[in-house]
Amino acid sequence: MGMKSDIKLIDKKGLRLDGRKPDELRPIKIEAGVLKRADGSAYLEWGKNKVLAAVYGPREAHPRHLQDSSKAIVQCRYNMAPFSVSDRKRPGPDRRSVEISKIISEALENVVMTELFPRSSIDVFIEVLEANAGTRCAGLTAASVALADAGVPMRDLVVACAAGKIEDTVVLDLGKEEDNFGQADVPLAIVPRTGELVLLQMDGDLKQEELFKAMEMAMNASMQIYEIQKDALRRRYAVVAEEEKDEIDSAQEEAKT
Amino acid sequence: MSQETIAQILKEYIYQSLTEKKRTDGRELYEYRQIQIEPGVIEVAEGSARVHLGNTDVLAGIKIATGEPFSDTPDVGVLTTNAELIPMASPYFESGPPNPKSIELSRVVDRGLREGEVIDLKKLCIEPGEKVWIMFLDLHILDYDGNLFDAGALASVAALASTKVPASQYELGDDFQLPIKNWPVMTTFAKIKDVTVLDPSLEEEKVADARLSIYTDQDGHVRAMQKGLNGGFTLDEVKDMVKKSEEKGKELRKILMDAVGGA
Repeated sequence: MGMKSDIKLIDKKGLRLDGRKPDELRPIKIEAGVLKRADGSAYLEWGKNKVLAAVYGPREAHPRHLQDSSKAIVQCRYNMAPFSVSDRKRPGPDRRSVEISKIISEALENVVMTELFPRSSIDVFIEVLEANAGTRCAGLTAASVALADAGVPMRDLVVACAAGKIEDTVVLDLGKEEDNFGQADVPLAIVPRTGELVLLQMDGDLKQEELFKAMEMAMNASMQIYEIQKDALRRRYAVVAEEEKDEIDSAQEEAKT
Repeated sequence: MSQETIAQILKEYIYQSLTEKKRTDGRELYEYRQIQIEPGVIEVAEGSARVHLGNTDVLAGIKIATGEPFSDTPDVGVLTTNAELIPMASPYFESGPPNPKSIELSRVVDRGLREGEVIDLKKLCIEPGEKVWIMFLDLHILDYDGNLFDAGALASVAALASTKVPASQYELGDDFQLPIKNWPVMTTFAKIKDVTVLDPSLEEEKVADARLSIYTDQDGHVRAMQKGLNGGFTLDEVKDMVKKSEEKGKELRKILMDAVGGA
């Protein structure tokens, strides 16, 4: 936030650098079940962001002192690949990724039925392969699809989206330049079924009405993204159902002969 | 009795009294504990402040050196914030490298100082691209009785306001007082089941479902926010807390400015 520049972020027609309207999302694509070894996985493209999420577990929590005898713990590791940003990022966790991992774990714990798996851990790995602003929202959105793909019992999916302010205008889903040179960013995540906010951060400078407008904008857009998440799961499992049907059909054919 | 059972009983007890609008320590739902701010307590540090928030006790110290600016911001000074949850402060704190809890604390405190523009970092440039003042703000938690966020933010701003830049030591002219531009303050709420309270005590933090910290400035603008824990908030709850944060922020800002003799 806050870096000054001469770049015009909104043109005379009210359009943004990439031609989007103020309340328009970047294109989002999600595919579920993209990795073989993980119990569940998802690949997500959000504008120029490319993110992979994988889930292992529920499995025994390690180290053991982390175990909770009444419920499972959700442990997320958000990590950026060294080549995901323009200047190489030093590998391994930095303070930013530790914080993001913490708040994503907390947001996911809200929907996972942790009470069903005492002493175990549900491990969520988020790898940012290419970053272009909004990676925590992209990562969390992908992670909840991966959890569903792993068959982890959940009350709902979590959907994340951000809104912010550029050139005194509240806009949805900041891109890279907008994030660098804009005035504020408000990433949030909701549980669509209850409408509750499970992740909420803000930095910059917003009047209260602007903040509330940004939150409403991001929450509305989250409902669109929720449909994309569900569609990804439907596509994945429709294929499985189709394959199983073929198998049954061919088995029946064999039985006849 | 297991830890979980005790926690459940404690939660029921705290919640029961909250539904009668009473807190276990006798406070109102949106009332701060006693706040005490003492600037300039460490002589050898360039700036310092000790804050008592009820029984929570936080010491902030500032050390200053010269160094190279970041390449993407060649004409601004550098402020880095660090927090240490030392084992002396609580039986739950362990020594060792920073854990997620202390990293979140320092990053959230830092975000408000930065976005709230406590200091005009441009005034801390010595030679663009070559040399700037670098400030290390270290938060030392001495006694942990809940709400380290607000205590840490108060201590940080108070310490910055008491800071003298040691220019003569580096033969860069006379020492000068660090110029304070804005007075952002953080207010933290905790939600226990469906009730929210301001300035949660340790007991309340232990049973809280969700937490929201809001940094506001003297114009009532929001400069930083952070939600924590695995519970959720509705939009209306957030709106309500933001408004309360502005109100309470005014009280906090007055206490802060009175303590450090701010303009």
